Amino acid sequence: MKSCQLTCKWLTALTLATLLTFTAWVAWDNWGRFFFTSETTTAGNETHQTPQTLARGEYLAHIGGCIACHTAKGGETLAGGLRIDTPFGAVFSSNLTSSKTYGLGRWTATDFQNALHWGHSREGRLLLPVFPYNHTSVFTPDDVQAIFSWLQTVKPVEQAQTPHRLTWPLGTQPVIAIWRSLFFTPTPFKSNDSESAEWNRGAYLVQSAGHCAACHGQRNALGSFPAVDDLSGGFLSPQLWVAPSLIDATQTTISNSKLNDTANLLRTGQSQSAHANGPMAEFVQHSGQYLSPADAQAIATYLKAKIKPIMSSDASPNAVRASSTPSAHALYKTHCATCHGDNGEGKVNTYPALSNNPAVVLTQPENLIQMALYGGYGPSTTEHPRPYGMPPFLFTLNNQQIADVLNHVRSQWGNQAPAVSPTQVDRVRAAAY
Amino acid sequence: MKIHFSIWLASLLGLASIASHANDMAERIKPCEACHGNQGRAGPDGYYPRLAGKPASYLYNQMQNFSQGRRHYTMMRRMMAPLSPQYRREMADYFASLKVPYIPPSVKSNALSSTQMARGKQLALQGDPALEIPACNACHGNNLMGNTVNVPSLLGMPSAYLGAQLSAWTLGERTTMAPDCMGEIAKHLTANDAAAVTGWLAAQDIPQTTTLTHSLRVATDLRCGSAPELHGNVK
Repeated sequence: MKSCQLTCKWLTALTLATLLTFTAWVAWDNWGRFFFTSETTTAGNETHQTPQTLARGEYLAHIGGCIACHTAKGGETLAGGLRIDTPFGAVFSSNLTSSKTYGLGRWTATDFQNALHWGHSREGRLLLPVFPYNHTSVFTPDDVQAIFSWLQTVKPVEQAQTPHRLTWPLGTQPVIAIWRSLFFTPTPFKSNDSESAEWNRGAYLVQSAGHCAACHGQRNALGSFPAVDDLSGGFLSPQLWVAPSLIDATQTTISNSKLNDTANLLRTGQSQSAHANGPMAEFVQHSGQYLSPADAQAIATYLKAKIKPIMSSDASPNAVRASSTPSAHALYKTHCATCHGDNGEGKVNTYPALSNNPAVVLTQPENLIQMALYGGYGPSTTEHPRPYGMPPFLFTLNNQQIADVLNHVRSQWGNQAPAVSPTQVDRVRAAAY
Repeated sequence: MKIHFSIWLASLLGLASIASHANDMAERIKPCEACHGNQGRAGPDGYYPRLAGKPASYLYNQMQNFSQGRRHYTMMRRMMAPLSPQYRREMADYFASLKVPYIPPSVKSNALSSTQMARGKQLALQGDPALEIPACNACHGNNLMGNTVNVPSLLGMPSAYLGAQLSAWTLGERTTMAPDCMGEIAKHLTANDAAAVTGWLAAQDIPQTTTLTHSLRVATDLRCGSAPELHGNVK
């Protein structure tokens, strides 16, 4: 092999220098703060906490979904082990009980604040961004302390971490470090003095505990963190559910509902005009129903203020419009009309209307397909403990029939939406999630 | 007098609310009927088991098992996930209370040789102590139609369904609260024995009286997490 020419040498040196600079930048970006700053908090686990602080900590752990994500189905509360499927593989939540071996038993309040504000574990390890630390970085130090104090009262469960199932090199520290340098900046809450206290409370909850943007915000192909106040809509993969845009007036009932109604949806799973299903039902079941009426109202206030009234309603002008056929109408009459009514009017407090319902005419039809295939119940909540449900049609209707009946629904009673294809139905069927 | 009146009124209101709950349960369990048949009398292809008249706690335990990862079936997991334990209990009680006629499964079960049938009958009614297999009727009721509140009937289901359940127990796909006695028993059954006993069970007529009966011969060393009451019946 011939030795390198001068240009080649320069190129090599340049490449090396670039790589070195990049590595140094990533390392500094992820760990640098440890050399200079030491964030001070009311350290130690022994600090005496008032019952009010503990109650606030438990409240935040509920509405923030800590308990939901860190408790396996049928497992001990907060002992971790819940499987979470992501586009990059399956991860398993960690043990947050006061176990000294597997949980947070040896953590200090500062360690915990580093986790929530910086995504660092006690040993300085970078946490997987399945934990939405962009959102937890919004929490005030006071709230972080409250959550930590309450977690320390949770009885220890000696349960080890289930290994994640991610394809190498995903999940390794260098990869997480690069990812963080690209997509993570802590964003402490900044109140907006020109808005009301209620608006600010809502903004704080949406951006911190609520972590609404985790689903309702846009991620790129690398699964980037959306901005904590990005509510422009997202898509859940591999589950195949649409998280509609909360700022587009046409995609949810927020803009046309009273604040009280939106608050009810969050706390009870249903309102005058909307029913929570799928991942939103999970949110209501595990988190939303614990919201205080005042906090739910504050969230509703903030969300309504975020609505942008004029959005292009037809994102894909070339898309084929849904249309009906006599056989599709017959399918609707046989399978849907008993509950949803001949004219899609539904039954108040029982079955949702299909006319004048933004969820029915979303451009992406996945949620509708999910409902038609799997049916299902809304969440049991304190205020609606016995929800009605919808039968599944997974076994009775084929892909073409599901597409037909959905196209009927998407083209009647003033509804206008892009057509649903049997292929789209099949994709949801095949996901079998 | 006033107190009497208010008690009377309260009990009347109580009765009324119980009655309306019972009435609206028929509407609330509509989703179940899509697979489990009208009033939970079993699905058309025999693969969706009967719910009507099954022991209430057995039904409740299964709903818990599906939502807590001890049994695996996507549809059941999704159906059950949003519901509170109280609501599941109410559904279980409702189905347990339904007295609807049995219809024989439309799916034909595999025909067995007379030797296999004899073996199946032996396993069901006597068990095989050498293989540590108790008789089915030791726990599932003298007439195999279920026992008290936690143990289900074994008749009225096609052998394919019963066989699939036994396989699932063997592979650990289907589990229940520990100690998981059915899981243990299933692991002692050979494939041939499983085919024999499910074939024999599927070939039996459903008794006219389908009330739950106690079993008299529960194995003393058997401990079932899902049916703790069985221990009390020993002897």
